[in-house]
Amino acid sequence: MHGLTNRAIQCFVTDRYGPEKWADCARIADIGVSDFESMLIYEDGQTTQILEAASTALNRPKFELMEDLGTYLVSHPNTESLRRLLRFGGVTFVEFLHSLDELPDRARLAVSDLELPELELRDQAATQFSLSCKSTISGAGHVFIGILRTMADDYGALVTLEHLGASQGVETISISLIVSEFSEGRHFDLGAQL
Amino acid sequence: MTDILDVLCPMHVVLNKTGHIVHVGPMLGKIRGDADWLVKRFLEEFVLKRPRSISSAKELHELTSSKLHLNLRNHPRIKLKGVLVPGPVTGQLIVNLSFGISVVDAVREYGLTNTDFAATDLTIEMLYLVEAKSAAMEASRKLNLRLQGAMIAAEEQAFTDTLTGLKNRRAFDYIMDRQIISGRSFALMQIDLDFFKAVNDSLGHAAGDHVLQTVSRIMVDETRETDTVARLGGDEFVILFPGVSEPNVLVNIGQRIISELEVPIHFQDNVCQISASIGTVFRSANGSSTAKQLFEDADIALYASKRMGRAQQTFFTDELKETAWGEGAITVQQ
Repeated sequence: MHGLTNRAIQCFVTDRYGPEKWADCARIADIGVSDFESMLIYEDGQTTQILEAASTALNRPKFELMEDLGTYLVSHPNTESLRRLLRFGGVTFVEFLHSLDELPDRARLAVSDLELPELELRDQAATQFSLSCKSTISGAGHVFIGILRTMADDYGALVTLEHLGASQGVETISISLIVSEFSEGRHFDLGAQL
Repeated sequence: MTDILDVLCPMHVVLNKTGHIVHVGPMLGKIRGDADWLVKRFLEEFVLKRPRSISSAKELHELTSSKLHLNLRNHPRIKLKGVLVPGPVTGQLIVNLSFGISVVDAVREYGLTNTDFAATDLTIEMLYLVEAKSAAMEASRKLNLRLQGAMIAAEEQAFTDTLTGLKNRRAFDYIMDRQIISGRSFALMQIDLDFFKAVNDSLGHAAGDHVLQTVSRIMVDETRETDTVARLGGDEFVILFPGVSEPNVLVNIGQRIISELEVPIHFQDNVCQISASIGTVFRSANGSSTAKQLFEDADIALYASKRMGRAQQTFFTDELKETAWGEGAITVQQ
């Protein structure tokens, strides 16, 4: 698993719950790594071990925690660059949804060995979509629920999201767009100096 | 037609046959208000960098299909690329422009958004890549810094000279301190290679490294298991002989080391010829000299060897020290 994924989990726990809690997670996971480097590759199983350790250390259900992780990734000031990169996907929330199919390719352009879950968006009606998410990590769909909910706010769209469960490693999320321009959303400046 | 061009090429300019601007695409409009473009001459508003010295509408007409380098007269920093084609109306010219490599600056300067670019334009993808690559590069840079820090820390904690496999200064200081604390007698031999710099300068570092490795092997071969050979840096070596309190033995060892070092060392097609100067000092059982003093005294003896023509060993005496003081040779001690 790419270090960026593990590092994201570490930053999430550290930024949201403090470094002591992260130390607890690392101890419980017992994988001999306490600091992940974002540009190194780690064994696949470690990611799940850490997520389970975090669930134990923070005393919260794993999938709920994964949804919070998704929210964190696109809303915390420390991960602003990720929100910006996602906003390049489109001018409106629907355009953004349509850009999700190519998200793994976009990620590979930036970091060639980064493998994101395979995503496929289906339009069921003008305001009804479903997103399938195929990943080696169980619960990856919950991370995307967090991401989608927060990105909808970012675009100023009002949506409801529902995890429809998993079948053969593919998780499905239903997305209902209630109002596309519910609020003004957050400003996106194409040429912002970071 | 301009409706079509506005969608497909939002950065185009339409000129009439006299070379005056009659229409600009919406992106150019955004950059500099629509109205005051019109009726101006194209060559007044834009500076053509390549090809140069185009000054009339007639000359413009001859540039059909060739690549243009230009910039807006009032915004010289933003460089533009363009191509010019005849329009459907006789005498009309259409110039399509793009930002080329200055696109990142242009987006910032003019506050451009996704919708300003044509839907097929790859600029948004390029901006995405610029940001994504910068972020990835920053992460890599931080990793490199941390790895470098870890490497320096590891080196600082090491006891071995990585080039020769001998002990390093850190290890030697430690061993000598233990020896002093134990109160047992020992000898400290300081060895400086002669003519080593010439090898390094004329044959390069690879040859120099080879010589240092050969020299190290000789010193280890000529000493006992219980002696400590260390490289303090550059071509400076030291040997600690525990339990040795008089010159007899060391005279022989010193001679053997010097004559072994003087055997030409072959490196690739070259022959390296060096020698060594040695200064030796004794510390008697329960003596009072500190490590610093011992190094200074060994240095004085070494200096005497060099002064007397190199390739020899000198044993430290108090007279030597006075002579050295007299000559001002030891005013600068570490």
